[in-house]
Amino acid sequence: MVVETLEQFLQEGRLSALMWEVCQQQAQDRSPELQETLLSKIVCLPDHVSNKLQGKNPPVFFPQNYFPLLGSAIIQVLQKISDSLRGGSDCSISFVSHVLGKVCIHGRQKEILSVLVPHLTDVTKSDCIWQRICWRLVECVPDRWMEAVVLGFVQRASGADVLSRLLGNLVVKNKKAQFVMTQKLLLLQYGYTTAVLQNVLGYLSLDSLRRALLIKVLQELLETWGSSSAVKHSPAEQQQYISKAILICLSHLKEPEIESCRQELLASMMAGVKCHLDSSLPQIRRLGMIVAESISLKINTDGPVLKFQYEEDNETRELKSLLVQTPPCSVVPSLPDDDRNERADAALPVVLESNEKPHRAAPVMPDEESDAELDSDDDLIPYDMSEDKELKTTKAPVYIRDCIEVLTGSDDVDKWDATIKALENLIQKNPAATREVSVELAKILLHLEEKTCIEGFAELRQRAQVAVLITDPIPVAQYLTSQFYSLNYSLRQRMDILDVLVLAAQEMSYPKIRGKNKHSGAQKPCIQLLPGSDSSKDWRRIVNERIKSKTRRFAKGQSEVKQGSVPNEFNSIAGHFFFPLIQNFDRPLSTFDLLGEDHFVLGRLAHTLAILMYLAVNAMAVTTMGKALLEFVWALRFHTDSYVRQGLLSCISSILLGVPTEHLLEDMTEELLETQSWLADVVEKDPDGDCRRLALQNLLLMENLKKKLETVPF
Amino acid sequence: MALPPPDPEFVLRGTSAAVHTLHFSCACQEPDFPILFSGSENGFVHVWNLKTRRVDTALDGHGRKSVYWVETMDAKDRLLSQGRDQRICLWDLAEGRTSVTDSVFTENVGFCRCSLLKVAQGRWLMAMAAKSLEEVQVLELPSKTSVCTLKPEVGAKLGMPMCLKLWQLDSGSQPWLLAGYEDGSVILWNLSMGKALSQLVCHQEPVMSLDFDSEKAKGISGSSEKVLSIWSLNEQQNLQVHKIHKLVNSGISDITIRSDKKILATAGWDHRIRIFGWKKMKPLAVLDYHTATVHCVSFSDHRNPTERLLAAGSKDHRISIWSIYTQT
Repeated sequence: MVVETLEQFLQEGRLSALMWEVCQQQAQDRSPELQETLLSKIVCLPDHVSNKLQGKNPPVFFPQNYFPLLGSAIIQVLQKISDSLRGGSDCSISFVSHVLGKVCIHGRQKEILSVLVPHLTDVTKSDCIWQRICWRLVECVPDRWMEAVVLGFVQRASGADVLSRLLGNLVVKNKKAQFVMTQKLLLLQYGYTTAVLQNVLGYLSLDSLRRALLIKVLQELLETWGSSSAVKHSPAEQQQYISKAILICLSHLKEPEIESCRQELLASMMAGVKCHLDSSLPQIRRLGMIVAESISLKINTDGPVLKFQYEEDNETRELKSLLVQTPPCSVVPSLPDDDRNERADAALPVVLESNEKPHRAAPVMPDEESDAELDSDDDLIPYDMSEDKELKTTKAPVYIRDCIEVLTGSDDVDKWDATIKALENLIQKNPAATREVSVELAKILLHLEEKTCIEGFAELRQRAQVAVLITDPIPVAQYLTSQFYSLNYSLRQRMDILDVLVLAAQEMSYPKIRGKNKHSGAQKPCIQLLPGSDSSKDWRRIVNERIKSKTRRFAKGQSEVKQGSVPNEFNSIAGHFFFPLIQNFDRPLSTFDLLGEDHFVLGRLAHTLAILMYLAVNAMAVTTMGKALLEFVWALRFHTDSYVRQGLLSCISSILLGVPTEHLLEDMTEELLETQSWLADVVEKDPDGDCRRLALQNLLLMENLKKKLETVPF
Repeated sequence: MALPPPDPEFVLRGTSAAVHTLHFSCACQEPDFPILFSGSENGFVHVWNLKTRRVDTALDGHGRKSVYWVETMDAKDRLLSQGRDQRICLWDLAEGRTSVTDSVFTENVGFCRCSLLKVAQGRWLMAMAAKSLEEVQVLELPSKTSVCTLKPEVGAKLGMPMCLKLWQLDSGSQPWLLAGYEDGSVILWNLSMGKALSQLVCHQEPVMSLDFDSEKAKGISGSSEKVLSIWSLNEQQNLQVHKIHKLVNSGISDITIRSDKKILATAGWDHRIRIFGWKKMKPLAVLDYHTATVHCVSFSDHRNPTERLLAAGSKDHRISIWSIYTQT
């Protein structure tokens, strides 16, 4: 009975009448208690009703129906208020604001604002009374509910100009709103879409009072962007979010404003670039480059502009497009809002297409050109003859010793070129001759530098190094590992050493005929270790693949079918690769500080050790290796660089997969338990998403081990 | 940007030795199929059926010594082949026979290819390097009677003849011989008088190959140098240098002008075939397919000009067949 009455009450639109009543009373300032009760009844009606009726709740009280209804009731009240204002009589809006605030804080922003915002957007277009009403509506929301309301508006407004119409100068008048919009939304949270960022920053730029805030915001953003601690400890997603915000801010700044803070911009740019380029994650480095380029473009209108080399992809293009957007104020206001949104969405693909067009158009042109140069009395059209170059006749050396001679002393560029190209093949064909000079050759290759520009030089050299190492593993591995920790090498060379060790170990442990796998490099899960920016992704991919395949094996008891069995050549010598590398990591040299600023190499070292450990599965030394590696991980577990931590977590995976279960539990129980609690910690608290994922995978592996033990008793 | 050069129409493999000479016989009509003869270093002459693109017959008549010249006498079933066994064989290939019906023992140890010219129905002239080092002998075929022996003047020091080209202005008129020598000179011989009419030093190195266009009275020769030499014959029967065309890489082993005198092809030591417009020596294409020296190039004699083919034989054992500038 009561429910029916209530239902009727709602359906006949009495809610708006009720609120209008209160608004009028409020103008005469009466009975706050009554208002308070009414407020809570109106907002919490769906909860009360559903609590009472449980399953038999009529649809009108469902939140998804009730709050839109409430929204349209609010619109009616506002309409009445506007009418009465126009009629010259006074009335208060604060009760409506309270209702709105309370609904929003109860998490029903979506339902109520999806009705309110489009309507308000419409009516405020040309009516200043409606604009004032709207501003008052938001201003009168109590501070404790302000955040929810503001966030709702920011997310739902279809553009910065709309937001500006709806909120007015709220951000200047209300401290809470200011905090939400200039601090919380930009610096503390990072889950919002780019459109929201554009709304907020565009809103700040649309009024001279707010522009001061815009500059302040930019300074704060840059401070965060340029702080090395933030770069190190905050997740990549947040850094990207902040970078986007900076780019949008820059796009709104005008010449005189930039002039006023040029020095500060320059200073924070320099600091930021430094700590971004220090990062071992390629994504972060690239973010730093893009933002720095953009800042320098803005502050140096006439001078030289910073320019970095990085690969363009969709992400970089998207970031750059933020910088050159058309300011929202220039958009024709009469455009329907929905269209505007679509247009903004469409803008990006258009930019991408225009970038690609020139490439596609190129092959179409030549016909016309060659027509033009057609000989008047000779109707034969020549073909492209650009490939007609001098034939190189230099012969590659046939003996290893000749190669050494050429590589060390020859000034003949052609000969040198032919030698480096032939070397890998030569080494593989003449193992005996190679063994005689293996260490010398390894030394030459390690110090070899590109004399002239040869295509694929780095790879050729690396392949040759790997070939030498495989041909004569023990002495060469000894040499390389000792050089890794010796003075006066560049970081590049040290990383080369690691790469060569890994590639050789991989090649030796794969049960393949060596001649074959040389050419099938693309198929095997070869790590791309050359100076590519994405190598760390490959590392991760491999570790993931490995874990995936192994996890399946534990779970289902499947084993992969392998063709032909060949002794694992790596097993017997794994120790020669592994132990010298892990020995000296904590001894700083004057030119090389693994634990200090050369943490990128440390990350590589950790990954290398993980791979060596994994490849040494079933080797005699594996338990000792596992123990040493666990100690290594333990010593470095709180390293600040996420790339290093990822490497350490890969190490743990390798240990769990590589060391036989019995040995794991007998010899390293305590260490394992400690590691487990560290992993749990990482899963919960690490700022880097990949680290968390790896740690979780490791925990799963441990869990699997435990299960396996339970099923197979000793 | 011009169009990239075309790929070969098809490639004939299976000679299992370097290919030294090629000759088309495609003027036949259906149901006969077009044929390509190839002579290779292992002494075989292969008869390729260009319809099936396979070897029809392999002729073994030179004692496994390199074959470096093949030519047909009118019909495709009468074939001449010259080998390093110092013999020139006449083959009867009619009705599936593969027999040597006649042969000439040249006693010459050089590499000079013969030249054949049809002077009347059933009468041919063949120029060949003779036993004596600097001499060229001209025989009449099929009778094998010697027409003349061309000896340079005493003390001329020309060296061996390297390449020969018999030609006549139009059928029935006087035949002439152009011969390229080891010292780089080209000599025009009058056959009836047995006398050198004109000598032109075109190259510093031995002349490897030459071809002559009797209509324009213009010829071209190549050597181991980096140049092609174009020369002309004036009314007084004097040879004079017309133009020197520089090449990217040195060494030309064969030159052939297409029968319509529009383009010519050269076989290069740099593994490439080059196509030029004959009128102005305008470079037209560089065909890069082979992986070793190209030894010979030859244009086909298809009746329908659009079917015309270009063949090139190389040290890499392959014969590449190209269809290029067939529409003009």
